[in-house]
Amino acid sequence: MTVTPKNQRLLLVAVAIVALLGAALLAMWGLSGKAAYFRTPQDIAAGRGEVGQPLRLGGMVKTGSLQKQPDGVSIRFVVTDGPASVPVLFRGIVPDLFKEGGGVVAEGRLERGGLFVADNILAKHDERYMPPQMGNLAAERKTRETVSQ
Amino acid sequence: MIAEAGLAALWLAAALALLQLGVAFAGPRIGGVRAIAVPAAVAQGLLTLFAFAALITLFVRTDLSVQLVAANSHSLKPFIYRFAGAWGNHEGSMLLWVTVLAVAGAALALLERRLPLDTIRATLGAQAALALGFFGFLLIASNPFARLNPAPPEGQGLNPLLQDPGLAFHPPTLYLGYVGLSVAFSLAVGALITRDVGPALARAMRPGVLGAWVLLTLGITAGSYWAYYELGWGGWWFWDPVENASLMPWLAATALLHSINVLAARGGLRAWTIMLAVVAFSMSMVGTFLVRSGILTSVHSFAVDPRRGTFILGLLVVYVGGALALFAWRIGTVREGACFNLVSREGALVANNLLLSVILGTVFVGTLYPIFVEALTGEKISVGPPYFNAVSGPLVLLLAVLLFVGPLLNWRIDRRPVLRRTIAPALVAVAALVATVALGPMSLLSRLGLSVAAGLTVASILPLIGRNLRRTPLATWGMALSHFGVAVAVAGAACDSAFTRETLTAVRPGESASVGPWTIRFAGVDPVAGPNWTAVQGHLVATRGATRNLFEPESRAFSDPQTQTNEAAIRTYLDGQLYTVLGRQESDGRWQLRLWWKPFVTLIWLGGSLIALGGTLALIGRWWRGWRQRVRAREAWA
Amino acid sequence: MTLRLWFAIPLLVFALFVAAVLWRLADPPSTIVETRLVGQPLPPFATAPIVPGKAPVTSAELTAARQPRLVNLFASWCVPCIAEAPVLADLRRQGVRIDGIAIRDTSADLLKFLRDNGDGYDRIGGDANGQAQIALGASGVPESFLVDGGGVIRYHHVGAIMPQDREQVLAEWRKLR
Repeated sequence: MTVTPKNQRLLLVAVAIVALLGAALLAMWGLSGKAAYFRTPQDIAAGRGEVGQPLRLGGMVKTGSLQKQPDGVSIRFVVTDGPASVPVLFRGIVPDLFKEGGGVVAEGRLERGGLFVADNILAKHDERYMPPQMGNLAAERKTRETVSQ
Repeated sequence: MIAEAGLAALWLAAALALLQLGVAFAGPRIGGVRAIAVPAAVAQGLLTLFAFAALITLFVRTDLSVQLVAANSHSLKPFIYRFAGAWGNHEGSMLLWVTVLAVAGAALALLERRLPLDTIRATLGAQAALALGFFGFLLIASNPFARLNPAPPEGQGLNPLLQDPGLAFHPPTLYLGYVGLSVAFSLAVGALITRDVGPALARAMRPGVLGAWVLLTLGITAGSYWAYYELGWGGWWFWDPVENASLMPWLAATALLHSINVLAARGGLRAWTIMLAVVAFSMSMVGTFLVRSGILTSVHSFAVDPRRGTFILGLLVVYVGGALALFAWRIGTVREGACFNLVSREGALVANNLLLSVILGTVFVGTLYPIFVEALTGEKISVGPPYFNAVSGPLVLLLAVLLFVGPLLNWRIDRRPVLRRTIAPALVAVAALVATVALGPMSLLSRLGLSVAAGLTVASILPLIGRNLRRTPLATWGMALSHFGVAVAVAGAACDSAFTRETLTAVRPGESASVGPWTIRFAGVDPVAGPNWTAVQGHLVATRGATRNLFEPESRAFSDPQTQTNEAAIRTYLDGQLYTVLGRQESDGRWQLRLWWKPFVTLIWLGGSLIALGGTLALIGRWWRGWRQRVRAREAWA
Repeated sequence: MTLRLWFAIPLLVFALFVAAVLWRLADPPSTIVETRLVGQPLPPFATAPIVPGKAPVTSAELTAARQPRLVNLFASWCVPCIAEAPVLADLRRQGVRIDGIAIRDTSADLLKFLRDNGDGYDRIGGDANGQAQIALGASGVPESFLVDGGGVIRYHHVGAIMPQDREQVLAEWRKLR
C-alpha cells in the first residue's frame, strides 16, 4: 500500500494528532485516582478527605503526641492545624528535621477509621537557610513559606 | 578587576550577538555572513568562555567582594568544590548555560559549510536571537559579577549536599546536552525561514544532536545514580519536576535523532524533524524555566524568584512561540518527502516517534497538571510515581518490542517476510516470560519487562548478523549497542522492581537482621567527625555463604547550615547491590536500620552508559567517514 | 488549508502552558500564614534565661509591663537573622523596645551571635523546644510581634524585618504609644 506524497503528509499529520490525543487520554486516565490531593486536618474534619485515595496531609506535629511503637521503626503522632487534628501512623526512618512542634507533610492514605497511614514523611525543609543577600527578596519570600508547601 | 573584566566580556558578547542578528536581518544585500556573522559568533564563544573562566577564578580564590562568591562559597571548602561551586547556584549556572549556547553557536558558524548561504545566515540569526535574550537575562536579572561592599569576612556557602563529586560535575554534562540542542533549533528555524528542508539539513543537524543526546544520556544516568546513593531511599528515579525537566528534552532528542536519520537517508519526515528540533530545545528552555521560577518546588530548586521566572517566561514566549508560529505558517510550503510504505524502516521510525512523543506528552502533562488544577479549581494536588510509572512503563515496553523488528526493515518498503527473523527474539521473550513464573510473584509490568529485555538482547544484534562485519559502518555498531543498552536498562529496572528485598527494623548492638539471602549483624556505632560535620557511624557485618563484608553507613549532622544527611553504605556484587542506611536511635537503645538487597540494579546505569556509548560510536563513525571522504576528495583533486 | 490549522496545534498547546504558568506566577500559592492572634491577647508562654545579664521573656511579664514591646523570635543558627540585626538596631535607636526569644539555641552560640551582630534586646529568653514559638503561632524564625500595653498582639511580621519594612514597623509602633 503506497501513498501519494500529499496523502502521506496528511497521514503523518494524522499520526501526530493521534500522538497528541493518545498522550492526553493516557494522561487523564493515569491522573484520575493517582494524583495526590493536599489536605489539612480541617479539610479532613470537614469530610473532604477521601478514604483510600492518595493524599498529602500537611500541618504541625502536635507536641506530646509522638509515640514510638514497640517494633522500633513505627511511630504514631498527631497532625494538627489548630482547630482540627488527624492521627498518623508511619513505618520508616523519619527525617531528622521531623520533630514535635515542627511542620510536616505526610504522604499516604486515609483509612476508614480516620487514621492516616503514611508511606512517606516530608519534614518541612527549612528553606530559611538562604544567604541574606542584603535585601534579597527571594530569601524574604522564602521565610514566608510555611507548612502548606 | 577580574569580575569587571568578566562582566565587560559579557556585554561585548551581547553586542556581538546583536550584530550577528543584524546581519541576518539585513539579508543578502549586505552579504556579511562569512565576513561578519561567523567571526561574531566565534568571538561570542570566546568571550563567554573568558567570562566563565573569570567566574571560576573568583570562586577558587574565594573573592568575597563578589556577592555571588560570598553567598555560595567558603574558604574552607576543598578546591574541587570551590571550583564546581561556580555553577552550583542560579547566576553561575545561568552563565554556564549562556557559555554553552555561545560556544555551540561558534561551532555551528565555524563548521557548517555545506548548507546554502541563505540558510546559514538565517540559522546564525536565530542563534544570535537566542543568545541575545539569554545574555539580556544574565546581565539584567542575574548578574554573576555583582560586587558586595563591604566584603564579608567569610562566605555563606558550605552546603554539604553540594559537596559531592557526582553532583558537582553532573550539571555541566547536562547543560552541554540541553543547550547543545539549540543548534538543531536554530537550524530548524533557519530552514523554515528559507523553506529549505532536506537531507542536507539533516546531515548538518546530526552531529550536534548526536553529541548533545549522548551527553544528556550520560548526565541523566549519572544524576539518577547520584540520587540513588545520596538520598538514601533506595529509589533510582523519583519523577521529581526537575528530573522530568531533564527527561523531556531527552525524549524529544531521541525522537529527533531517529527522525534526522530518515530525513538524511530518504528525505522523508521533514515536518516531523523540524517540529522535533523545535520541541527539543523548547523543552530545554521550559526545563530551565520550571527549575528557576519557583512554580514547582523540588529538592533541586535554586533560590528562586518569580520575577526571574517571568523574565524567562518572556523569553520562552518569544522563542518557542515564535518558532511554533513560524512552523505553523511555513511548514505547509515545504516540499513533502519521498513516499514510504507502512511496513518499512520509515514506518517503524514513525511509530518510534509516535511512542516517544506520547511518553513526552504524558510526562509533560503530569509535571504541569498540579498547576492547571490549582488554576482551575484551587485544589492543591501532587502527581508522583504512581502516575508516571503506570503511564510510561507500558509505553516503554511497547517501544522495546518495536525495536525487535524496526532496525531490520528496509527503507521505503519491505516485502520480505521480515517477521521470520524476529521469531528468534520473540521465542526468547516468551521463554523468559515462562521462566519468570518460577522466579516468584512480581508485578505484571516487571514480568513483561524481564521478558521484553531478554528478547531485545537478542534482537539488538540481529541487524549485525549476516553482514560483513569488517565493512559494517561504525554507526550501525553504535545503533546495535544502544539498542542493546536499552535492553540492559529495562532488565535492570524490571529486576529492581521484581526482586528488591527490603528490611526495616530496630536492633541492639550484637543483634542481627536479614534481607534476602544476607544476614546483617549490627556491631554498634561510633561517633566520627569530618571537616564540617559530625556523624554516627554504624558498623554492620553482612554475610552470605562464604562472603563477609563490613558496611559503615553514617548519619551525618552538618553545622553550617544545619542539615542532616544519610550516607548510605553500598557495595556492589556481581549479582546485585547491598544498600544499608542507619536511622535514629530509639530511647530503648535500639538503632533503626534500613537494608535493601537489590539484585542486578546496576544494570540500569550500565544500560544508560551503553546507550550513550552506542551514540558515541555513531558520532565517531560518522566523523571518521566524513574525514575520510574529504581526504579522498582532496586526493582526487591532486 | 485545513492542514495549516492542524500545524498550529503545537502553538495552541504552548499557549495553554503559558496561560497556566502566568496565572501561577501572578498569584503565587498563598503560603502566608495569617496569624489568628492579631487582636488577641498574648497566649501564655514562658522562656528560660539563656544569656547572662538578660532576664527571660514571659507572657505574664509582657502583659503586666503596660508598655508596648516588639517581641522578636530569632536564633544564632538563623541566617536571615543576621540580615535583620542592623534593622533591629536601627529600630532600637528610634525608640522601639525589643525583647528576644531565641529558638532552640545554646548560650554560647547566642553570645557569639550577639557579639558579631549587635545586641538590641532588653530581655532575651531561650525557647529550647519551641514551646513558646508554637504558643505564639509562629512558623519559624525570624518572626516578630508588636504587643501593646494591654498585652494584646497588634502586628505580626513573618520573616526578617528588612530595610524596606522598617517604615511600616515604625508606623505600627507609633500607633501603640
